[in-house]
Amino acid sequence: MLDAFDARGFRAGLWIYAGAVLAFLILPTLIVIPISFSASDLLEFPPREFSLRWYQTFFGSATWMAALRTSLILGVLTAALAVPSALLACVAMDRIGGRSAKALGGYVLAPSVIPGILLAIGLFFVLAKLRLIGTLGGILVGHVVLAIPVAVIVLRPAVARFDWGQVTAARSLGAGWARALVQILLPQMSFTLMTAALMAFLTSLDEAVISIFVSSGQNSTLPKLMFLSLRDQIDPTIAAISTLWSVLVIGIVLIVNARRTA
Amino acid sequence: MTGTAAMTAPATPDRDTRAGLRRDARRERAFFLSLSLPALLLVGLCAMLPIFWILRQSVMTLRGEFTLANWEKLLSSALTWKSVWTTVELSGATLVLCMALGIPLALALASAPPKIANRLLILVMLPLWTSILVRTYGWLVLLRRDGLVNQALTGTGIASEPLALVYNFTGTLIGMVHFMLPLFVLPVYAAMRDIDGNAIRAAASMGASLPRTLATVVLPLSAGGIRSGAMIVFIYTLGFFITPAVLGGGQVSPVAIRIEKVMSTFQDWGQASALGVLLLILVAMAAAMLAAARRLIGRKGKTHA
Amino acid sequence: MAPLPITLDALRKTYGDYVALDDVSLAIRPGEFLTLLGPSGSGKTTLLMALAGFVRPEAGRILIGDRDVTRLAPNRRDIGIVFQNYALFPHMDVLANVEYPLRLRRVSRREARERAMSALERVKLGAFAGRDISQLSGGQRQRVALARAIVFEPRIMLMDEPLSALDKNLREHMQLEIRRLHDDLGITTIYVTHDQREALTMSDRIAVMKDGRIRQIDAPQDIYCRPGSGFVAEFMGEANILAGGDCRAADGGTLSSAATLMVRAENLHLDPADCGPDGIRLDGRLAGKAYRGENWLLQVELPSGRELMMSIPSARSEGCEELSPGDPVAAFAARRHAHPIPAPEPEAA
Repeated sequence: MLDAFDARGFRAGLWIYAGAVLAFLILPTLIVIPISFSASDLLEFPPREFSLRWYQTFFGSATWMAALRTSLILGVLTAALAVPSALLACVAMDRIGGRSAKALGGYVLAPSVIPGILLAIGLFFVLAKLRLIGTLGGILVGHVVLAIPVAVIVLRPAVARFDWGQVTAARSLGAGWARALVQILLPQMSFTLMTAALMAFLTSLDEAVISIFVSSGQNSTLPKLMFLSLRDQIDPTIAAISTLWSVLVIGIVLIVNARRTA
Repeated sequence: MTGTAAMTAPATPDRDTRAGLRRDARRERAFFLSLSLPALLLVGLCAMLPIFWILRQSVMTLRGEFTLANWEKLLSSALTWKSVWTTVELSGATLVLCMALGIPLALALASAPPKIANRLLILVMLPLWTSILVRTYGWLVLLRRDGLVNQALTGTGIASEPLALVYNFTGTLIGMVHFMLPLFVLPVYAAMRDIDGNAIRAAASMGASLPRTLATVVLPLSAGGIRSGAMIVFIYTLGFFITPAVLGGGQVSPVAIRIEKVMSTFQDWGQASALGVLLLILVAMAAAMLAAARRLIGRKGKTHA
Repeated sequence: MAPLPITLDALRKTYGDYVALDDVSLAIRPGEFLTLLGPSGSGKTTLLMALAGFVRPEAGRILIGDRDVTRLAPNRRDIGIVFQNYALFPHMDVLANVEYPLRLRRVSRREARERAMSALERVKLGAFAGRDISQLSGGQRQRVALARAIVFEPRIMLMDEPLSALDKNLREHMQLEIRRLHDDLGITTIYVTHDQREALTMSDRIAVMKDGRIRQIDAPQDIYCRPGSGFVAEFMGEANILAGGDCRAADGGTLSSAATLMVRAENLHLDPADCGPDGIRLDGRLAGKAYRGENWLLQVELPSGRELMMSIPSARSEGCEELSPGDPVAAFAARRHAHPIPAPEPEAA
């Protein structure tokens, strides 16, 4: 892009600066890994001795395990609810077109621009009124509503790019709308749907604010528990969880990437 | 001419068929609209209704009567204005730092060969893929009194004693910039990637220097990306909760933190709602400001052209 | 199963101000191969899609046999359609594509397989049943699309420029093959194309469309030799539209009628012997010439300023090579090849 200029000095400076910014971006994620293997109670870096004791603490704790279980269940349920709703909405937008589709798109994307804290307290008030505070269902709907925009962003271009002539052909061959969508559109969207499901899952897994306000007791999610323990004391258990977390997420991203290029 | 004239034979329009066809068209549209029903309902019940609830509750007593007491209490409190100011300060500073760090990074990525740029983009995205709590924890570890950063600063002699980098405004700001930077860089990078290389070559051929080309060609052409990035920064940071709550250590209280405090300490839902509305107004104002900036830049661009 | 006639009655479709179908009426005979021919935007594809049920007309009626299908959903019309880009299902193999309409009709798995195989045999793709769609060439995909459209024995076939993506040789081969398939099955077929040669090759009748209307509907020879308007004449091939004043009788006398005449380029000769005693004669000067292998193309400027196109077969082109621009040229046409047409319509009313 800047090849028109013979500005080696400028370019070198630019890259050194960019390298420093990149280091700033990845440092906090990387730093937790060695600490998670430390044998010491202190957050020393570099650790003098290595051990797996913080992983044992995590997996040995009933509280942490309950939170992990809650978070995983929530993630799966969120994906299961958000992706079908988002797919149907995308099909609707694509087939209707025009101003209605635009309005519909703005509406379903709205939760992504509302500050999380507002959704959290608003949902808290509504759930309090319905006496559903602390229930799994209460957090679930909160997560679903955040995951819908994410899934829509993933699915909408794919639905738009789809060769709708195939659905037309299927209808000419005797399939009704519903059948044509299920038998022709759906199988060809499987990869995108999987991506959308993973993104929805991660959205739920990572969600903290709604969980902090709406979940309680045995339905606390992993981020909520992490948040609470970060406020109280910062022992390396969190480093172990963080490491596991990053490995899990990066693994998922790499799998998706590999499948996309395959 | 067999057939040519026969085609224009007037046919009696069948009223029933016409009405029926219109009905069929409406029915098909209704079918497609009904597909969006689950999403409509979920978003309506779980996002729109709660926001509406906040609006309503901000002008209600606990017993459900209309009142302006919440607002009077809120607007007369110095704490409110302090938290609004903190919020604006945090968001503004985050935006400035994101621009300072992000625009050169985007420029470097956009000028790199696509293959390398894509590899480096993974590094930019990596923080996006890790939990905000993981990142916040990472910063806690790095910025503590005896953390890595302070070790490096005292070790190299830049600072004579450890600096207070966390549990204050500085720490919160670092965490927020770190969270927002990828989200800011991506649209800016996309805009810069889209710049036609010939526009830059043309500027060079006309004798523009590199800094001048950057200022008069590259930056104006990536203004759209910078604006979207700024919009994203505002939308997120104005309502930020986790980062100030952990890295601020109680010393920093933007509106979001204030809301939580009013909720948990005072159990004052009415005032918390009013604060929520205040936050919503802040976001709307930021959006309006950016829209106005766009019009202004757009008009200026036209008079130049 | 006897083939069915189709009746279109004052079909109308508009998109905003644009009139795609302007009260089109049309009677298609049972078992007929009818081609809708016209430039792009003439409404031919809209008409086809209205027949198929994918375009909802605003007014008018469509009857297949004596059944009103105007409001019938496309999946219940039992019409086989071959689409322009084939619209095969890439996630199914060849056999599954062809079985699909049968499975929708709840035909048993075994029977579906048998019938799909026999449809594939018919289009000479029996050996390709297990292939993936992505492994097929364009021509093979075309055949799969054909097999899929005929396998459920529809009573009507619609084809929307099915050959436009194929190269010239394959296209000409497929034209004959599709026509033969039609003759074997005897299905009423409506074929859309913008290629007049294709229309002439394949059709029983051709309906020429323009601006949402059918301008003329006739057998290929009639539409080519006896067009009803200047538009049809020019759309069907190289046509010279001549005012009465341009022509004289071949023997030197004046012409009795002063009507507008249409003469095809290939019906103009340099040799008066080719046009008979009652022929017509046109005099002008050569404006340009081109050698095209099988023929010479001569551009002749008439005294009225009108330009004449002549196509002289290479076998009979003595003298063409020596002609140079400005040379006087006399062109002769037989009387039966000079077809009177209505005076040209004024451009865009």
